[in-house]
Amino acid sequence: MSRLLDQLDDSQVVICTGAGGVGKTTVAAAVAVGLAADGRRVALVTIDPARRLAEALGLDNLGNDPQPVDLTPFERAGLEARGELGAMMLNVKRTFDELVTRLAPDHATADQILANPVYEQISTAVAGSQEYTAMAKLFELHRLASYDVIVLDTPPSRSAVDFLRAPQRLSSFLGGRALNMLVRPTGMAMRMTGLVFAVLRRIMGVAMLDDVTSFFALLGGLLEGFRERAADVEALLVDPSTAFLIVSSPEPQPAREAIYLGDELAKLGLRHRALVINRLHPLDPDGSDPARAAERLRSVLGGELAARVASVHAEFQLMAEREQASIDRLTATLGRSATFGAVDRGADVHDADGLVWLCRELFQTAD
Amino acid sequence: MGRSTVAAAIAAAGARAGRRTLVAELAGRADVAGLLGAEPGHGLDEVMLGRDLYHVSIDRQATLRDYLDHEVPGPLPAGRLTRSRTFALLIDATPGMGELLSIGKVWELAGKRRRRSGARPYDLVVLDGPASGQLMGLLRAPRTFGAIARMGPVARQTKGINRMLTDPAQTGVVLVAAPEQMAVTEAVALASDLRSDGVAVDQVVINRTVASPFSREDEQTLAGAGGEDAALSSARWLDERAGVQRQQMSRLTEDLDDIPQTELPFLFGGIDRQAIEDLATRLGGGEP
Repeated sequence: MSRLLDQLDDSQVVICTGAGGVGKTTVAAAVAVGLAADGRRVALVTIDPARRLAEALGLDNLGNDPQPVDLTPFERAGLEARGELGAMMLNVKRTFDELVTRLAPDHATADQILANPVYEQISTAVAGSQEYTAMAKLFELHRLASYDVIVLDTPPSRSAVDFLRAPQRLSSFLGGRALNMLVRPTGMAMRMTGLVFAVLRRIMGVAMLDDVTSFFALLGGLLEGFRERAADVEALLVDPSTAFLIVSSPEPQPAREAIYLGDELAKLGLRHRALVINRLHPLDPDGSDPARAAERLRSVLGGELAARVASVHAEFQLMAEREQASIDRLTATLGRSATFGAVDRGADVHDADGLVWLCRELFQTAD
Repeated sequence: MGRSTVAAAIAAAGARAGRRTLVAELAGRADVAGLLGAEPGHGLDEVMLGRDLYHVSIDRQATLRDYLDHEVPGPLPAGRLTRSRTFALLIDATPGMGELLSIGKVWELAGKRRRRSGARPYDLVVLDGPASGQLMGLLRAPRTFGAIARMGPVARQTKGINRMLTDPAQTGVVLVAAPEQMAVTEAVALASDLRSDGVAVDQVVINRTVASPFSREDEQTLAGAGGEDAALSSARWLDERAGVQRQQMSRLTEDLDDIPQTELPFLFGGIDRQAIEDLATRLGGGEP
């Protein structure tokens, strides 16, 4: 019998990935609460732009560093908390600014980058930057070593993969010859780059091309720092102390995405430590025949109510059977040994009571 | 939650009404195609799924090639440029470029004059959008890049894309939310973001709703029945879920009271082609 807690016993980083809408943020929060209960100092980081985590933990305004979570409501809900929990929501702009300031060779370069319009756009407006910054934040927190374990929530599936590749992508651009060709072209490269530039100028216009190239030229000054950082982040991701947790619901579409994620992780040389199937509906071992259920309940409920209960049960079982097919596909691909389930309890999980309940489901049941 | 299902149903309703309809998916996905029981095409192929119903999967690499083919006619083949390592890395490393290309392709697909000669325009383009956290990034990409470019084709095109997105006669967002605490919170926040950006929200689809067949009295009987009977658990679960949903639905109704709302039932037996057609009817697509 393996428990989720045992699976995460030696973990310093827990990364929760999965499709949107499967309760990934809630699972991440419950895992963090469970690890804190176990006596660890836990930091919970979400990069989801929706204010889910804030709500789940009753926090209104999270800074860009983990803030201590008052565990009293969790203790009131029956949790014995022997450790500590800090939680934060990633502030993309601030994390990016901090990173640039830290890596820039001097103040002037940092200021120039911070004032560049392309940087402005990258650090504020557009999706994609959260992936870079989440990695940066994860790494910072890990390096600070103020926590025993960092639990990280990630954006939905396809971009969760982007997220994993983000440091590699940025460093292969910044670290490769490509950037040098672009900002300091010579020889053969000059001819090729000349063509690229001519096309880019025509499409983007001179102003945008200038901003883009000067942005990357300025970033070039931070090259060594970025390259080291990316290598460090990659090392952290493949480190055995980093555990990937794939979260799925038993619905067909999230299950497909979970399988896709498992494949992508494997391609990157990473392995998921555990699979969490959230909000599942248990199959009735006695079957779903409405007549039998109605017969069973007739004496307690009366014939008419028993019949209605039985027909609800038949529908419920229809859903449970459908889910079992998804679960079978999931476990066939991702393995059965470290699969943990949490049943759908009807009510939403969004407060301390709910998180403690989910935490028990995950940490005390085993497949 | 259930975005692809609703996108498929809207597209089915559009086609049924005799409008030439295209349903588009991002990042090379083909969930809607699967729901409509069809195989997705390759690259940017617009595949016919049925009468007046087409599907396209917007893949980044293909979109870039498609764009360059059009923008860079003449001696320099786009293929060579897209294969250029420098160029690919530049596009890949510039955050937001993928979003810009995607929304630009949607603009092209929805345009009166199509880029590829011989391609016919559509009456309706249904985009199976990204999750709420990523939608604003997608919709804002043209404006932010446009502000940087100032002049040239990118500046001109981003202006056109933005004009389409902020014209309520051309573009409307359908928000899909399950009646759950967090989904409702996100939907309300997203509606406010969209409106402050000048994007119209046409409709809220409350998806996966369940109804409880039990009265107060029944509830008491069920609660008092005790025991671990699985059928009783199912009944209590449904009743609990329906109660939570009622609360969340009234939150939605209060917070977004000026947007039309449609409820779609949760389908215990799962989604198949027939279910999509039923949902299309509920969304006002008339009888098939």
